[in-house]
Amino acid sequence: MTINPSGLRPSTPANEQGETHTVAGNRALMLEEPLIFEIGNNEQTGVDFDYLTPPPQGEVARSAGEGAGGQTPSVGFADGSPKGGVARLGGLERTRPIGLPGLSEPETVRHYTRLSRQNYAIDLGLFPLGSCTMKHNPRLNEKVARMPGFADVHPLQPQETVQGALQVINELAFWLLDLTGMYGVAMSPKAGAHGELCGLLCIRAALEARGDKREVVLVPESAHGTNPATAAFAGYRVENIPANAAGRVDLEALKARLGPDVAAVMITNPNTCGLFEPDMKAISDAVHAAGAFVYCDGANFNAIVGKVRPGDLGIDAMHINLHKTFSTPHGGGGPGSGPVVLSEALAPFGPLPFVAKMPDGSFRLVEEENAGEEHPNAFGRMVAFHGQMGMFTRALAYILSHGADGLKQVAEDAVLNANYILRSLEGALDAPFAKSGPCMHEAIFSDRGFANDVNTLDLAKALIDEGFHPMTMYFPLVVHGAMLVEPTETESRASLDQFIAALRSISERAKAGDQSLKGAPIYAPRRRLDETLAARKPVLTYREAEPAQAAE
Amino acid sequence: MRYLPLSDADRSEMLRVIGAGSIDELFKDVPEDARLKGPIHGLPMHASEMAVERHMAALSRKNMVAGDVPFFLGCGAYRHHVPASVDHIIQRGEFLTSYTPYQPEIAQGTLQMMFEFQTQVARLFGCEVANASMYDGSTAMWEAILMAHRITRRNKTLISSGVHPHYVKVAETLAQFSEDALAVALPELDADPDTERLIGKIGPETSAVVVQYPDILGRITDLTPIAEAAHAAGALLIAVVTEPVALGAIKSPGEMGADIVVGEGQSIGVGLQFGGPYVGLFACREKHVRQMPGRLAGETVDAEGKRGFVLTLSTREQHIRREKATSNICTSSVLCALAFTVHLTLLGERGLRQLAQLNHARACEAADRLSAIPGVSLVNDAFFNEFTLKLPIEARPVVHSLVERGVLGGVSLGRLYPDVDALQNGLVVAVTETVTDEDIAAFEAALKEVVQ
Repeated sequence: MTINPSGLRPSTPANEQGETHTVAGNRALMLEEPLIFEIGNNEQTGVDFDYLTPPPQGEVARSAGEGAGGQTPSVGFADGSPKGGVARLGGLERTRPIGLPGLSEPETVRHYTRLSRQNYAIDLGLFPLGSCTMKHNPRLNEKVARMPGFADVHPLQPQETVQGALQVINELAFWLLDLTGMYGVAMSPKAGAHGELCGLLCIRAALEARGDKREVVLVPESAHGTNPATAAFAGYRVENIPANAAGRVDLEALKARLGPDVAAVMITNPNTCGLFEPDMKAISDAVHAAGAFVYCDGANFNAIVGKVRPGDLGIDAMHINLHKTFSTPHGGGGPGSGPVVLSEALAPFGPLPFVAKMPDGSFRLVEEENAGEEHPNAFGRMVAFHGQMGMFTRALAYILSHGADGLKQVAEDAVLNANYILRSLEGALDAPFAKSGPCMHEAIFSDRGFANDVNTLDLAKALIDEGFHPMTMYFPLVVHGAMLVEPTETESRASLDQFIAALRSISERAKAGDQSLKGAPIYAPRRRLDETLAARKPVLTYREAEPAQAAE
Repeated sequence: MRYLPLSDADRSEMLRVIGAGSIDELFKDVPEDARLKGPIHGLPMHASEMAVERHMAALSRKNMVAGDVPFFLGCGAYRHHVPASVDHIIQRGEFLTSYTPYQPEIAQGTLQMMFEFQTQVARLFGCEVANASMYDGSTAMWEAILMAHRITRRNKTLISSGVHPHYVKVAETLAQFSEDALAVALPELDADPDTERLIGKIGPETSAVVVQYPDILGRITDLTPIAEAAHAAGALLIAVVTEPVALGAIKSPGEMGADIVVGEGQSIGVGLQFGGPYVGLFACREKHVRQMPGRLAGETVDAEGKRGFVLTLSTREQHIRREKATSNICTSSVLCALAFTVHLTLLGERGLRQLAQLNHARACEAADRLSAIPGVSLVNDAFFNEFTLKLPIEARPVVHSLVERGVLGGVSLGRLYPDVDALQNGLVVAVTETVTDEDIAAFEAALKEVVQ
């Protein structure tokens, strides 16, 4: 007998369903994990403190309660306590338990590590979520963001103590202007939709400054939902503009609708069908002739970065999702960052604060107090402090790493990969715009040809079993059962080939009406979840089970 | 280029499969005259990891690092010690490089974490429900004002003088473009936050009263009378918490009757980072949940009856409702929410209360020693870990003089309210568990020198 023998054959055949029940509910590396509220308790903690002699067990929760009734309580700490141990909390000591379970450090690390393993991620495989740009997140950028001069500085430190941080903002702003050919940039918006709001408010402020009340923003029906939501948030009425058969903005319909009530047109370019708007310059000229402004949703800037500058297409304002084009991590839904580049007409209205480079080479924040001289028309302030510094450092490191040649290659490889997918799959899946020419960074397919009872959702869920994150589904709305595939430039050809083979196989099953698709996924940590139940009876926080009978 | 896997041979072969003669053929929709002919002008060519790291490290070194000096800044961002395991967890690729959990079968990690976060925030704030995060405290406050407007169908909001001036500016900015009317006021260097005047302004058209707790000067006051007065007039009370660690020591706004509680979650788990990214907290009563902005994770079951979590009540959101959505927010701040949740799980109730006690004790100690300096007085009667000193001279130059002595000694009210003469001698000082006895002594000595 050897220790750790290898080369053994299974002595029994696998169970027919390929699974058996285990006592713990785990399946080897697939580990079930309860909620912290089910495994922690209010007395356990994973943090030790200096300067504090911990009171005995149970004392902590009770100590504050003794002050009720106007008496000043003892706050129950020894070393380092204020004179006489008297708290100055205005009689507002917290008396009731909060209900926050704690775990020791090993339990905490294990809990969240186990949860992490129930997530799909770019680090695990292809994540072709169209319009979301799930590309590799370089780890240098994580290291840079954590340098103490960026991570451990306070936003209200005197400016002479944060010159390096201000220089980062200024440098990144400079390169964003270089890459877009625009005139000014607002760095403070916190994410793409926040950037959209910033851009529309610049437009509104510019119009109001010339005494021009306009009420309508035109949005293509293929736009991201944030576009109409933002226009409404900025106080505008939203009207749709239709697409033509080639998946582009219908220029004639747009021209016909333009008039003195239209404040702006919001265009996504490349658009959400993954197509460049070839008439962009003509659209801009028509919009400007009508006295309105062109807002560009820059979510898809990654397809054209280093290839064409939005400023050369007549665009007045465009947000840049640093978490898309410049690869700051998505983090399960943020944080993002949405700087907005502005044309010469809009730049004077950009929000505060921003960073100015002084003649002596130093950097200065332009805020409310000093804006008067230099930036009197700012429409206001979008956020407390100065924006997403942690994203600025990452994006700057990304831009400097790629450089001018690398960024051009980024756009080219992103477009090449998407076209490779489009042409490899157009025989297997309906590709509504394939005949009109190449796509940009993403390829769109429809559910045409699927058996009657099989839909896009089924195909997406089957992709999960194949080890891929599904593509964006049912968006944009202009394509039936849309599947929007964005591979990004950080996928190898081998990885694309594997994805293409999987998608081709599933689409054959979908056309044949394979009912097993309805049960997919079967290998994920969970089968399909009941979203209707979740919405009908919302359970949004954990509630401990009620005791069997009331105590009183 | 190290981030790009394709080789030139791959590219040629792929172009052949596509049926294109060159990469430029794929860009044919981009007007020829707008296309750049070569790499963009100005930006240098690609750089090695070592070169970029060197450049960024040089910029990092040009800053005075909070952890290197006696440090006493607050006013909406607080320096707490974050356990090392927090940063380890948020750098797990499965959290860091995942997306908004649209496919719940392969996103249970993020969804369960959101559900834990929502529960922790709701309990900390004393509310029934919370969402899965907003951008930050300032934007969360504006969203709360809009939400109150939708609930009460009134548009007049009273903002207390104790609310962070940046938060007020954000609301004023956005109110220019909405149908909301805001009544704002300036704080005074007084121990009394002037609750009675605020209550006196509540009227039948008031939609909401917004109060910060603890406020911008570090004062804490009972919100109950404000809640009662607001409710009597059919208005809501919105409480803003910029230092959630305080709620380990003092009553939650929800306990005192607040209807919506928003806040900045930075001080738990998220570092200072020069102002962002941070994480907005947003909690409210369950009956108002359908008017809430932002993402929500909810519990459900899968096809086999196993418990799982999904994004829910999405019909409030922009990707479904478009211009009729409760907010335009899409990407929020989930990774920072994870940091918050991991840190709060490490602390637990016991650890949070200890942390809060320790902060208060350190602040009491510093307040006593600094206000004993001749000419310096303590404005606050009550405070948590932040208080305001009234100096005998303008505070703004004092802060710069303190820097020259190697001390980051608080935020001058002149920085936040440059035009308000009555506030120019105010210095807001935050004292957390990271402040040592030596730090307090150094601050005391330097301040004594500067104000004399």
